[in-house]
Amino acid sequence: MGTSLVTAVINGKTLTAQPGMTIMQAARAKGIKIPSLCYHPALESSGACRICLVEVEKHPKLLPACTTPLSEGMVIFTHSPKAVAARRFVVEMILIRHPLDCFSCESNGRCDLQDLAYELGIEKSPFQEEGNVCTDYALDDTNPFYIRDMNKCVVCGRCVRACDWQSGYHAVDFQFRGIKTTVNPPVGMKLEDSDCVFCGQCVQACPVGALIERKSIGQGRSWETEKVRTTCAYCGVGCQLDLHVKGEKIVRVTGTEEGMPNRGRLCVKGRFGYDFIYSEERLTKPLIRVRKGDMKSGDDLFREASWDEALDLVASRFKEVIERHGSDAVGGVSCARSLNEDSYSMQKLFRMVFKTNNIDHCARV
Amino acid sequence: MTNTIGEFATAKLLFCIGTNMTEAHPVAATYLKNGVRSGTKLIVVDPRRQELADYAHIFAQLRVGSDIAFLNGVMNVLIAENLYDNRFVEDNCENFDDLVAKVAEYPPSRAARISGVPEKTIIEIARMLGTIKPAMVIYTLGITEHNTGKRNVMSLANLQMLLGNMGVEGGGVNPMRGQNNVQGACDMGALPNMYCGYQRVAVPEISEKFARFWGVDGLSTREGLKIAEMTNGLPAGKVKAFWIFGENLVATEPDIGHISHCLNSAEFLVVQDIFRNETTPYADVILPSAAWCEDDGTFTNTERRVSRVRKIKEAPGEARPNWWIFKEVARRWGYDWPSNSGRDLWDREIAPLCPAFAGITFDRMDAIGGIQWPCPSEDHPGTAVLHRDGRFSRGKGNFQAIDWVPSAEEPDETYPFVLSTGRRLVHYHSRTQTGRAKGLNERMPEERADISIPDAERLGIANGETIRVVSRRGSVKIKANVSKRMPQGMVWMSFHFWETNANRLLSGDTASFDPDTLTPSYKACAVKIEKMA
Repeated sequence: MGTSLVTAVINGKTLTAQPGMTIMQAARAKGIKIPSLCYHPALESSGACRICLVEVEKHPKLLPACTTPLSEGMVIFTHSPKAVAARRFVVEMILIRHPLDCFSCESNGRCDLQDLAYELGIEKSPFQEEGNVCTDYALDDTNPFYIRDMNKCVVCGRCVRACDWQSGYHAVDFQFRGIKTTVNPPVGMKLEDSDCVFCGQCVQACPVGALIERKSIGQGRSWETEKVRTTCAYCGVGCQLDLHVKGEKIVRVTGTEEGMPNRGRLCVKGRFGYDFIYSEERLTKPLIRVRKGDMKSGDDLFREASWDEALDLVASRFKEVIERHGSDAVGGVSCARSLNEDSYSMQKLFRMVFKTNNIDHCARV
Repeated sequence: MTNTIGEFATAKLLFCIGTNMTEAHPVAATYLKNGVRSGTKLIVVDPRRQELADYAHIFAQLRVGSDIAFLNGVMNVLIAENLYDNRFVEDNCENFDDLVAKVAEYPPSRAARISGVPEKTIIEIARMLGTIKPAMVIYTLGITEHNTGKRNVMSLANLQMLLGNMGVEGGGVNPMRGQNNVQGACDMGALPNMYCGYQRVAVPEISEKFARFWGVDGLSTREGLKIAEMTNGLPAGKVKAFWIFGENLVATEPDIGHISHCLNSAEFLVVQDIFRNETTPYADVILPSAAWCEDDGTFTNTERRVSRVRKIKEAPGEARPNWWIFKEVARRWGYDWPSNSGRDLWDREIAPLCPAFAGITFDRMDAIGGIQWPCPSEDHPGTAVLHRDGRFSRGKGNFQAIDWVPSAEEPDETYPFVLSTGRRLVHYHSRTQTGRAKGLNERMPEERADISIPDAERLGIANGETIRVVSRRGSVKIKANVSKRMPQGMVWMSFHFWETNANRLLSGDTASFDPDTLTPSYKACAVKIEKMA
């Protein structure tokens, strides 16, 4: 490449990194965790939260690891007393106004702020603020997909950057100043009327419990869920999803950060369109027609049957038709939504067993 | 796609035609937006001023069904101004003289007259394509769902070969496939002329290979019928027994009256699905199947990436995996199929039978994620870009001289509007899934017909007013959505909601379909708009 690697020392460990990498990126690449709230590997760093401040030799001030490029010969301490004290101060400031309702918070167990307070041994903020610390925002639960609780917002801006870059909409941004700063759609506009397309990328990016999927509420704690990676069932992009599953229930869906081609990104259908599988209206038994009739009055046209009876009937009627009219008197349409293994099996049945190539699907539409 | 979605963010130039990506492939569109923000140039060609047009450096609002004339006009300029890739054409293509002669008939002035795109925009687009290389051509059903669908695609192939944009990163011909596994269903041979892995049924050695593998004799080498030929074959008595797996044909085929009649004529109809839908009432037997999350297997995305799909729950009641249903019918015919899972089917049958997928296994996908075919061996990383260095599967790229012909149903005095149909962001097809997902219905509880502001003003139609959209097949009562994104003379509707399903209006007559692929003209149907009394 012509550019040589950068060598530096973090917590006594010598490491090399590509030129241009930040201290945060270089550290993470080597498995060294520098705490942060506003850093997200898929987003441009903003250096907003100051949690990732680290001590660097010969630098009088602490430096934010997420925006400072690693340079040759740097000697970095991520957890020096000075760095930890600064980090503690920031967390204590946030906790002046952050509700301590972790018991009932959906984010409990996967909250970066909670982890930080735990790591730093902070029970509550030592600062007592007399004035208005902005802890009485009304819950914004008007949209059908996710709930916004600005009382829990730590103003890290990850949602703003996720919306802007990962979704390409910039439907929300910071409003007001100082302790009154919140993240909102344009002034005077409801989220539903803004550019928001409800892809929920902001929810995935939120490090705390300020943005929560509506369908997840009360469905399960993060430590009760298991992550199962799969592929989305909607369009042809083939996004990789992590299903957060408790028993047989999907608690929530997130985009697989390292998954291709979506790299963590999802749309409204991929993130929120999963619960049809639990519908009470699912077909659960084979059905056999009992009479011809008005096509609109579906229900009484069919009776329930066993698999044996239904499959025997299908096999024998196809056999009968083929014996009478030849193999090409049967045909089938496969499913462009179902598994490869299902389509393979259907064309195998038609070709190998029925001896016809009358098998198609909706490929050309 | 010859290339990959990720390249949208790094390409030099994107040429998007007939793709409403922000609604139909939303995550792919995010990469396009990243690209534009980082310096990628964007040309958008579409009858509607849809969201992509907001990011475009050049937006060409062409008339529905004029794609070939427009593209021939662009190629006319590329050749006249010698902006094409002489070297690529000479080394990698044939039949160039035919193309030159044909596009000579489409000077920009004529292309402009037919397409409605101003002459200077056609020239501007040609010059951008001629000077910024490579460019990715990206299209969706706006190109294919016409009576000229196949020829539209061939025109785009002509363009990319002329520009030498094949076989390179940031280039290629890139159809965005509509459904999660429509690529996979093709790959698996749910096609009347191909076994899995694109192996032709008419080639005796191929059918012998499959016969040997499956342990049978007498596989048919006669190509089968396409969907429309099968459904039309039902009332004609040619097809007697019909099996529909996971398609709601009554709601999604054009001309609901026609398709209902066809299915009603079946001597024996099997419908295999996860819900009752508009098609199940026509069935003689309904088979309940396992849904997404209820079985292990794979999907193949639009960029040929085979990825794992995993089971998290049992199917409800007695619903069963689809492959099990097919296997059980085969057993009743005396065949005992060995495979008993998605993994068995892929690893022991599909990969060994198909050279393109031979190196893809469940273990590899579990370890490293999706793999793009062709992947001939287990040490092969998969293929991101097809036709590397201009090598086409048939040898040389073959230019086709293609003439523009009008849509099957052009607007006239009685039916002065053109109706295009498609999908909207929040819903999916006939809503069997999205209609049962909380939130999605609340966000979009009903369909509206998009019409232009000038048409609304002329006809005195207010936004949200209920109108009647009428075609030669039928009529639909629907609220109007008066939109600045719509051109005059056009109506746009989805097929998500039964009562307002645009398929009631479309033609199911195969004379209006693409003659080669039998793709219906979902994008071009003549209609009129009536104010309700």
